[in-house]
Amino acid sequence: MPKIDVMVERCKGCERCNEACPQQIVKMSLKFNAKGYKYAVLADPPRCIGCRMCAISCPDSAIEVCIEGAQYEFFAY
Amino acid sequence: MAKVLMKGNEAIGEAAIRAGCVHFFGYPITPQSEVPEYLAKRLPEVGGKFVQAESEVAASNMIYGAAGVGMRVLTTSSSPGISLMAEAMSYIAACELPVVVVNIMRGGPGLGGILPAQGDYLQATKGMGHGDFDLIVLAPSSVQEAVDLTIKAFELAEKYRNPVMVIGDGMIGQMMEPVSFPDVEIGPPLKPGDWALTGCVNRKPRIITSLYLDAMDLHNHNVHLKKKFAVITEHEQRHEAYNCDGEYDVLVTAFGMMARMCKTAIDTLAAEGIQVGLFRPISLKPFPYEACKNAMLKGKRVLDVEMNMGQMIEDVKLAGLGARQIDFFGRAGGVIPSVEEVMNEIRACHAKAKEKNP
Amino acid sequence: MKKVFAFTDGLTRLPTHYCPGCTHGVIHRMIGEIMVELGIRERTVGIAPVGCSVLAYKYFNCDMFEASHGRAPAVATGAKRTRPDLMLFTYQGDGDLASIGMAEIIHAANRGEKFTTIFVNNAIYGMTGGQMAPTTMPRQRSTTTPAGRDPAECGFPIRMAELLTTLTTPAFIARVSSHTAAQSVRAKKVIKEAFEHQMAGTCFTFVEVLSICPTNWGLSPKESNRWLEREMMPYYPLGVFKRPQESTGGDHGKH
Repeated sequence: MPKIDVMVERCKGCERCNEACPQQIVKMSLKFNAKGYKYAVLADPPRCIGCRMCAISCPDSAIEVCIEGAQYEFFAY
Repeated sequence: MAKVLMKGNEAIGEAAIRAGCVHFFGYPITPQSEVPEYLAKRLPEVGGKFVQAESEVAASNMIYGAAGVGMRVLTTSSSPGISLMAEAMSYIAACELPVVVVNIMRGGPGLGGILPAQGDYLQATKGMGHGDFDLIVLAPSSVQEAVDLTIKAFELAEKYRNPVMVIGDGMIGQMMEPVSFPDVEIGPPLKPGDWALTGCVNRKPRIITSLYLDAMDLHNHNVHLKKKFAVITEHEQRHEAYNCDGEYDVLVTAFGMMARMCKTAIDTLAAEGIQVGLFRPISLKPFPYEACKNAMLKGKRVLDVEMNMGQMIEDVKLAGLGARQIDFFGRAGGVIPSVEEVMNEIRACHAKAKEKNP
Repeated sequence: MKKVFAFTDGLTRLPTHYCPGCTHGVIHRMIGEIMVELGIRERTVGIAPVGCSVLAYKYFNCDMFEASHGRAPAVATGAKRTRPDLMLFTYQGDGDLASIGMAEIIHAANRGEKFTTIFVNNAIYGMTGGQMAPTTMPRQRSTTTPAGRDPAECGFPIRMAELLTTLTTPAFIARVSSHTAAQSVRAKKVIKEAFEHQMAGTCFTFVEVLSICPTNWGLSPKESNRWLEREMMPYYPLGVFKRPQESTGGDHGKH
């Protein structure tokens, strides 16, 4: 099951990942990071399809994407 | 070593190759265009790169790039072009990159003229660009010395990681004299230290920058640069004291071609029984203050002769700190004082010197 | 757990100073990824001139120059000509490249210098606080066009990709955008092609990358994307404008 890891302290709460997520499941946490930004969180993990659009749109390289088991055909990036 | 009759500008170009510099970035401007013209032909022969830049601004940044990746590199220009290189000189000095710049001066200010002058003395030695930094400035008075100082310039640039300027005037660039070169076809390449950007193989990346957003860091960098220049000042002062061994009442101070003409005046006057000394700084920066003072104190009065409206005279005054009266004789705009005129000025100065303490 | 998207070794781990949502960071990341994917990181030298992205010299994980405003193409010329084995790229903003550095970029392109320029067009001066850039849109407000850019006063925005395309010297010239994930995927392919041309020593390569500047546009990152699409993209069409004719065989352009 794919999931994203958000490096909380790198996030600046710009919400680009929220805009990019085709499943609309990347939301902004209610909590703040050390710099006072509401960081991105995966709101509904089971619905994540591992498409990496959030990570691709992130200006701060704050998101990594992992896949477990199932073979996925990825578009070249 | 065999002598060859060569035009100054071309000899400077050849000297660079003999010093191991096979890369040149420059722009045409009278009276130094023969350097790029010569090197455009020669550098491909020695596996080097010649680029005619779109401006002196660009040329000065090209040498920043070449030096930054650890290569010996040269640019040459003349007064207005050198003004356009000011910003890059400040960057190059701040980043401590080894470059050689040659200024074949012409009459100024503004577009000025194309005839020889020495009006860039203060620019080169005091104000080549923004911020506290120092060029090493070497002033030849013959084509042979231009060759020798160009070769020395590459050595000093590498040794101290500092921009070095060889500053001549239109005459040095344009006249032909027999010169000899070291008998090596191409001198050694620069041995870049751990500062050069050579590709971060098996090491952390390096950065060449002069941006210090933290004030204390920038202050400390300035302190470092000044300490470095103190070492340069201690070891790299060069001058010629001509006819200064015996007694003399008048000391003439002059540099470059002007000094050479003064020698003729001095030799002629010596034949008439008037002994005159000549103090000729070869390193305009670091200026040989101590040596200048000693030569000054041996005489009674000083005559400073320059092809400008009086620039080096400020350093001569600094050297003497009022110990001696300093007269000035100068012509600008490309007017070259004749030996005759210089002799008359010396006689006048000599008379005043006698008057004061007969 | 298999990582399918990881922090690239092409960037240092230093968090950037860029404003939230600024796509400089996306462009940096793509270049970092490309350096690693093409195996050239250890022989790449980047040049960051004055602008918001001057501090890129701390973010790219390769040797870097900081260069004076507008002069990166000249610095790159000096470095690439004397060390053709190194991979050189300049990373420049629109004020830097299209204003003070216009002569340098045009002549570097015209000489066919074998380095790669990444030109970030966000229609504003970012670092100095939002002044008009050569690429600022008509009627677009900036701190120096408080009533909006008036073409009668300041002329129209300059299309750099098209302008450089008119040069005869062979080159690879394209414009892409970094404002959405989809556009970034396309952008990375084009930027990678540019670096591949440099590896092959073919020609000068130039990629203009549209980018957003939420802070100085006075918009949120999301609104900025819409503004870029509505205002900038019609005026700055995306695409590859010029590829080195395969026919330029022989010695033409070789250094």
